[in-house]
Amino acid sequence: MSPETLIAAALVLPLLIAAGIAVMGWSPNLREGVTFIGGGLLFLIIVLLTMHVAGGERPELNLGEAAPGLSLAFKLEPLGMLFALVASGLWIVNSFYSVGYMRGNRERNQTRFYICFALAIFGAMGVAMSANLFTLFIFYEVLTLSTYPLVAHKGDAAAKRGGRIYLLTLMGTSIGFLLPAVMWTWVLAGHSLDFVPGGLLAGVDISPVVASALLILFAFGVAKAALMPVHFWLPNAMVAPTPVSALLHAVAVVKAGVFTILKISIFIFGADLLEATPAREFILWVACFTMLVGSLVAMTKDNLKARLAYSTIAQLSYVVAGAMLADPAGWMGGSLQIAAHAAGKMTLFMCAGAIYVATGLTNISDMKGLGRKMPLVFIAFLIGSLSIIGLPPFGGAWPKYELMQGAIDHNNTYLSFVLIGSSLLNIAYLLPIPFLALLPPPGTKEPKPFKRPDGAPMPTVVAPLITAALCIILFFAVGPISKFLSPTVGDRVDYIADGGQP
Amino acid sequence: MIEALMNAAPAWALTHAAPLLVMVPLFLAPLLALMPSGRIAWLMAVITTGISFCFALILLGLVQTSPIGVVSYEVGRWPVPLGIELRVDALNAMILLVVTTIGLLATVFSWPTVVAEINKDKRALFYSAFLVCFAGLNGVAITGDAFNLFVFLEISSISTYVLVALGAGRDRRALPAAFNYLIMGTIGASFYIIGIGFLYAATGTLNMHDIATRLPELAGHRSVQAGFAFILVGLGLKAAMWPLHQWLPNAYSYSPSFVTMFLSATATKVALYALIRFLFTIFRPDYAFEISAFSAVLMPLGLAAMVVCSFQAVFQNDVRRILAYSSVAQVGYMILGVSIGTTAGLSAGLFHLLNHAMMKGALFMAVAGVVLTYQGTTIRDFAGLGRSAPWTMTAFAIAALSLIGVPLTAGFQSKLQLGFALFDQGMWWAVALVVFSSFLAVIYMGRVLEAVFFQPPANPRKARKEAPILMLVPLWILALANIYFGIAADLPLGLARDAAAAAFGVEAFR
Repeated sequence: MSPETLIAAALVLPLLIAAGIAVMGWSPNLREGVTFIGGGLLFLIIVLLTMHVAGGERPELNLGEAAPGLSLAFKLEPLGMLFALVASGLWIVNSFYSVGYMRGNRERNQTRFYICFALAIFGAMGVAMSANLFTLFIFYEVLTLSTYPLVAHKGDAAAKRGGRIYLLTLMGTSIGFLLPAVMWTWVLAGHSLDFVPGGLLAGVDISPVVASALLILFAFGVAKAALMPVHFWLPNAMVAPTPVSALLHAVAVVKAGVFTILKISIFIFGADLLEATPAREFILWVACFTMLVGSLVAMTKDNLKARLAYSTIAQLSYVVAGAMLADPAGWMGGSLQIAAHAAGKMTLFMCAGAIYVATGLTNISDMKGLGRKMPLVFIAFLIGSLSIIGLPPFGGAWPKYELMQGAIDHNNTYLSFVLIGSSLLNIAYLLPIPFLALLPPPGTKEPKPFKRPDGAPMPTVVAPLITAALCIILFFAVGPISKFLSPTVGDRVDYIADGGQP
Repeated sequence: MIEALMNAAPAWALTHAAPLLVMVPLFLAPLLALMPSGRIAWLMAVITTGISFCFALILLGLVQTSPIGVVSYEVGRWPVPLGIELRVDALNAMILLVVTTIGLLATVFSWPTVVAEINKDKRALFYSAFLVCFAGLNGVAITGDAFNLFVFLEISSISTYVLVALGAGRDRRALPAAFNYLIMGTIGASFYIIGIGFLYAATGTLNMHDIATRLPELAGHRSVQAGFAFILVGLGLKAAMWPLHQWLPNAYSYSPSFVTMFLSATATKVALYALIRFLFTIFRPDYAFEISAFSAVLMPLGLAAMVVCSFQAVFQNDVRRILAYSSVAQVGYMILGVSIGTTAGLSAGLFHLLNHAMMKGALFMAVAGVVLTYQGTTIRDFAGLGRSAPWTMTAFAIAALSLIGVPLTAGFQSKLQLGFALFDQGMWWAVALVVFSSFLAVIYMGRVLEAVFFQPPANPRKARKEAPILMLVPLWILALANIYFGIAADLPLGLARDAAAAAFGVEAFR
C-alpha cells in the first residue's frame, strides 16, 4: 500500500473501530475483539508508516480545503510518528487492561466507554500526523470532546463536576488563547499555517514583543500540556476510571499537549526565532516552577491517583522545558520524555487500578504491606517509579540527561539544579509506596483481605508488567530512536547513538 | 444544480426571474386569504416559496455567469433613472438565496406548529400574511431603487406586526410585543425615509446606482451627511443593532414559533443587507464621514452588542429569550465585521450572516418542536429532554455548538474568518472581545444543554415524544448543514467573498 493510503487508513480505522464497537455492543466478547483486532491493525499501519518515515520519506495526504488556505492536511515526520507509535501501541496494552478492569469493577455503559476511547485515539492520530496548525487544532478539539464522556463516565455528582471543569478548562483555554494565537500566526506568516522545518515564522520580521505574546498564548492555550496555572483540569480528571487516567491522562491527551508545544517550537517558531523571543525564558521559568511545585503538591496527596496526577503535571514540564531550550539537545530530551514518561506513568496508573480492583483501596497510607499479596503489581510499580525518577537502566534516564546536556550547552545555570531537585522529590514521593508495600516496617497490621475474592484480574497484572518491561527496553533502544528523531530535532545528537553514558 | 436548473428553465423564466421572485408570492398572498382550509393554504405557501427558491438559484446562476456580475431589470421597461430597477449582484443574490432557502424550509416545517398555535379560521390568513412578509423581504433584497426599498421594507414590516400579534393565541403578551415592535419599526422606517429625502434633495435621483455615481462630487454636502446618519439609524433599528434592539427579545419570545424561526433567520439579515448596500455601494467606505462612522459608531456598537447582550442572555430563564438576546449579540459580530471596512472584514461579516441563519434557524426549529410536544420554553421545561426527544435535542445541540463556535461547525469557520480579518488590521483587542463573547455563549448555551442532557426530567411522566417528522427533516437539514459547512466551508465562504467584492463595486468583482 502507498503511504498516502496508509495515512488515510490510520485515520479511518479508529472510526471504523468505534462503529464496530457500537454494532457489537450486544456481545462484550465480540466488542472487545473488535478493539483488539482494530488496535493491532492500527499499530501495524503506524509501524509501516514509521518505516517509510525512517527511510527518509515524508508522506503527505491532503483531504481538501475547509476554507481557502485552510486545508485539512497530513504530513508525517519523525516526532509525530513517535507520538503516534506511543499512543497506538499503548492503546493495545490499555485495551487488554481495560477488559480486566472494567469487568472486574462491573462498570456500566462499557460500550460507550470503548467507543469514546476509539474516538480519542482518532483525535490523537490526527494530532500526530497533522501538516498544519489548523488541522492540529481541529483534532486537538476532537480529543477534548471525545474524552469528556470518559471523564464523566461514572455519572455521579463528582464525576459531572470533574467533567465540567475538564471541558471548560480545555475548551476555554484552547478557544481563548490557542485559537487567537493560530489566527495571529496566520496573519504574521502571510496566510499560511503549515508546519515548516526550520520554522514557519523564521524569515518573518517579528518584533520581540509580538513573538513573546504569541509564545505565551501558545504555551497557556495548550492547556493539555498542564503548565501551571492551567494544570488543575488534570487532577479533576482523575474521577475517570483508571484505564482512562492511564492511557489518556498519562499518554494520549497530555502528550498531545506537550507534543503540540514541541511542534510549535520546532516548526512554527524554529530555533532562531525562539532563541530571540524574550518570553522563552519566562515559559522556561514557569516550566521549572511547575516541575518543583507539582512534585511538592504530589507529596501532600495521600490518594494514589491524585499523587500520580500531580507527578504527571511535573513531568510534562520536562517536555515544555526541553522545547523552550530551543536547541537539538533540549528538543531531543523533550521528545524522548514523551515516550519514556508514557511508559513509566502508564505503569504506575495501571498498578493503581489493579490495587483498586482487587482491594478497593485508593489511599497510599492503607497500602503498607500490600506487596506481600500483590508482589508483581508492586514490582511493576517500583520499575515505573525508577523510570520516572530517571535512574538507569530505565527509559526515563535519557530525557533527563539530554535536558541537562541542553541546559549546559545553553549556559543555563538553573535548569540542571531544578532537574536534580525534581528527581530528589520524585524519589521522596514515589519510592516509599512500593518500599512500604513490599518491605513493611515491623508491626504493620496485616492488610485486609481482598474485596474481590480472587484478587486482581489477570489482565490488570500483566499489562503493567508489559509497560514496565517497555521502560527497560526504552533505555537500550535510545540509539535507534534518537537516530530516527534527528531529522526533526537537529543532528547534534550522534553521541548518544554512539553509546554515551547518562 | 444551478446549471441544471438554468438549462431546464424556459426562456421567460430566465429573463423575468428577478420580478417573478417577488411577484409570485405577492400576488398569491391575497389568493391564499380566500382559501377555505388552512391545509391548502399551507401547501400553496410551500409551492410558492419553492418557486421563489428556484428563481433565487436562477438569479445566482445568472449573476455568476454574467460578465459584469450584475443582472439588471427595468420594471415596465421604464428606463433607469426614471423607472424602478431591480438590480441583482453577488451580494443580494446571496441574501435572496438565504431568505428563500430559509423561507422554504420554514414553510415546510410550519404546519404542525400552526395547527397547534393558530385558531382554525385564521390559518389561511396567517399564511397569506406570511407570503406578504416573504415577498417584502425578497423585495428589499432585490430592488435597486432606494424608495422602492422603503416600500418593500414597510410591506414586510407591517405583515410582520400581524404575524407577531397572532402569537396571542398562545400567550397574550404577544400583543404588547407586536405593538412595541410596530412603534419601533415605524420609527426606523421613518428615519430611513427622511434619510432618503435628504439624499434626493442633494442628488435628485432615487436609483441607488445613480445616487452612487453622483455622490463623490457632493462629499462635503451637509444634507448628504444628514441623510447618511438618518439611514444608518433607521436601518440599524430594523437590523436590531445595539442599543436599538429593544423590540426584538419580546417580539421573538411571544410570536408563534414558526414566525420566530423565520424572522430570526431572515428579517434582521435583510435589514443588515440594506445597511451594507448603503455603506459600501452607495456611500463609499473611503468617505471621511463614513470612516468616522465605522470607527466611532458601528464598531463600538457591534462590540457592545456582542458583550452586553451575551451577558443578558446568561441571565434569562426562557430559552427563546436566551436565543433572542444571542441573536442581537450575533448581529454585533456581523456589524463588527462590516465596520472593519475591508473586503476581508465584510466577507467575514456576510459569512457569519449565512452561518447564523443556519444555526439560529435550527435552534428555533428545535425550540418550536419542544413547544409543540411539551408546551414550555423555560430551561426547567427542557430538563431531561435529551432522553425523551433525542433526535430533536441532538440537532439542537449541534446548532448550539455551532453558535458557540466549536471546531468542525459552521460557527467556528465564521469566527475564524472574523479573527483573521481583525488580526489583519492589528485589532487583537477586538479578537479578545470576540473570544470573551464566545465564553459567554458557552455559559448561556451550556445552561440549556446541561438541563437537556444531564438533568432528570422535571415531569417524569412526560413520555418519550419527538417532534413530528415534518419538523425533524428541515431541522436536521439545517443541523447537518452546520456540520457540513463547518468542514467544507468553500461554498458559503465563496458566496460571501463574491458578495463582499460586489458590495465594494463592480470593478472588484472577482
